[in-house]
Amino acid sequence: MLKIKDLKVKLEEEDKQILKGVDLEVGAGQVHAIMGPNGSGKSTLSYVLSGRDGYEVTEGSASLEGVDLLDMEPEERAAHGLFLAFQYPVEIPGVGNMTFLRTSYNAQRKARGEPEVSAADFLKLVREKAKDLKIDAEMLKRPVNVGFSGGEKKRNEILQMAVLEPKMCILDETDSGLDVDAMKLVSDGVNALRSEGRSFLVITHYQRLLDHIVPDVVHIMANGRIVKSGGPELALEVEKNGYTDLMDEVQ
Amino acid sequence: MALPKAKSDATEARLSGMQIPEGGASWTRAARQDALDRLTGMGLPYRRDEYWRFTNPAEFLTPETPRAEIALDAPGFEETDVLRVVFTDGVFDEAASDDLSQDGLEIERFSDAVTKDIHWVKGLLGVLETAGQDRVDRPLATYNTAFAEDGLVLRATGKVAKPVHVEYRRADEQAEAVLRHMVRVEDGAELTLLESGVGASRLNTGMEVDIADRGAFHHVRMQGRDHERRAATHVFTRLGEESTFKSFTLSLNGMMTRNEVIITLKGDDAVAHVAGAALGDGRDFHHDDTVFVTHDAVNCESRQVFKKVLRNGATGVFQGKILVQPGAQKTDGYQISQSLLLDEDANFLAKPELEIYADDVQCSHGSTSGAIDETALFYLKSRGIPEDKAQDLLVLAFVAEALAEIDDEGLAETLREQLAGWLERRR
Repeated sequence: MLKIKDLKVKLEEEDKQILKGVDLEVGAGQVHAIMGPNGSGKSTLSYVLSGRDGYEVTEGSASLEGVDLLDMEPEERAAHGLFLAFQYPVEIPGVGNMTFLRTSYNAQRKARGEPEVSAADFLKLVREKAKDLKIDAEMLKRPVNVGFSGGEKKRNEILQMAVLEPKMCILDETDSGLDVDAMKLVSDGVNALRSEGRSFLVITHYQRLLDHIVPDVVHIMANGRIVKSGGPELALEVEKNGYTDLMDEVQ
Repeated sequence: MALPKAKSDATEARLSGMQIPEGGASWTRAARQDALDRLTGMGLPYRRDEYWRFTNPAEFLTPETPRAEIALDAPGFEETDVLRVVFTDGVFDEAASDDLSQDGLEIERFSDAVTKDIHWVKGLLGVLETAGQDRVDRPLATYNTAFAEDGLVLRATGKVAKPVHVEYRRADEQAEAVLRHMVRVEDGAELTLLESGVGASRLNTGMEVDIADRGAFHHVRMQGRDHERRAATHVFTRLGEESTFKSFTLSLNGMMTRNEVIITLKGDDAVAHVAGAALGDGRDFHHDDTVFVTHDAVNCESRQVFKKVLRNGATGVFQGKILVQPGAQKTDGYQISQSLLLDEDANFLAKPELEIYADDVQCSHGSTSGAIDETALFYLKSRGIPEDKAQDLLVLAFVAEALAEIDDEGLAETLREQLAGWLERRR
């Protein structure tokens, strides 16, 4: 599904290397987690994969189902099946959540050469998805993320994911700012979307999210590289001993 | 005070040979002559006037009317149930208009009203305009009082069900129109006035709105859309106790526009909101909102909310003032003007002012200029929305706060659609 080879990335504005050769392969239907201390390059990886400005790829490649991601605009990557759930979802006053969702949905369909869906049909589709995820229909009427609680914002990200049906989902610190109940709700949403054809890359500081979204593989990222990979037990190890011990061990 | 020679010479030259319209009742002639005398005394505006520092008045003053190609455009408000009144090239168009009658409303042509010896307009024509010159000269408004021959006279005596929609049409490429509307909203009455259309290649409209105690006046206008049109507009209003005035203007291009709104809160507990959204594309776009709010009573609220979206060398201007008179305690005054500059060639010039002579008031003002939020843009693109469409959505988001000032959700939606359509067409 997702193949990253020796990816090296620096900031465009300053001469600072953030990713120093990342290798990662996520198979179809798999859930991979990336853990790591602050500044290790986890969020940068998610931004570079989704095409945010401000980063320069100096070496390496990243592809989704064999198609080079790095040459595409963010919207083309989305149409190709990539989805980034933001750590801080953006508030957009004056644009209804429903309008935003439908605009996204139809833009992706159009890019793929599929017919656009009418407002009425789309409303039906979204209502069903919202019901599955136990999301209040009221949330659909409000402007995008405006006045949403931290939990509502993250659930709105999951709803977008459910509607857009991406193949590869990147969750950037989805647990940040969530209390235990909200984290459970969001995790349930993600778990409901797990399927054979859909893969996840879950970026997190803490192991607790991985109690709910159980990964197939855990990677530890430090200083711009993946330094260790293993099963879910690796996350427990980090939780118990912290990153410092692990770093020492790797070095 | 003697005028600078350059100004008096220019004024004399421009007004020479111009006479106030013939006919009219004696009070009409007196009001017009008074306006002409005042105009001669204050002189026409020129570039060196502080109040015209950001906007060159020459565009409104050249003796010959500039030519502007007639662009076909939808009149707007098609989906609203209205009483429609059409002015073509500045003259009432009876054939295109609805019957001038509605429950709770007296409605007639300005040109008829001013011929009657006894008419309520006698006590209002030029009165609010004159009072509105207290601190600053507004010669283009005085020009309007002196020379306007047509327009509408409206007196609401109850809650008027259907909005009155004044539609300005243009048939002549060089039409100049000077229109005057007079409005009186009686105690407890309510009226909504809509305006749209280009009207003339050069348009000067003036409106005096007198709102009695507990009256409510809503004003929504759509202007511009014609890249060569010049317009100078003035709305003067005086509010009685517990009365309401709300005015919103959507401007989609138009070459040169100056909208002045002059509000006096005269009765306690009155509320006045004036807001606007202007979108300009191109070096020849210049849009100026000039607002002056005077609090002269206790416990009144005023709001000014203006948003401008500018690109390709377009210029936006905001001059807004809140004056709180002695004794106008418990005043709540708010003013915000913001611009979204879509490229580095666009300009926004703002002059917010507060002048306060009471000690128990709450007044705030703010003005900002900014570029599009790159994080928001990336968020939308990451969901599959192409860059241009994503930018349009963020433009809509930016003007949302201003559009939220419109109470009637149906009208707000109409304007939102016009805006979205314009954005699409301007690609």
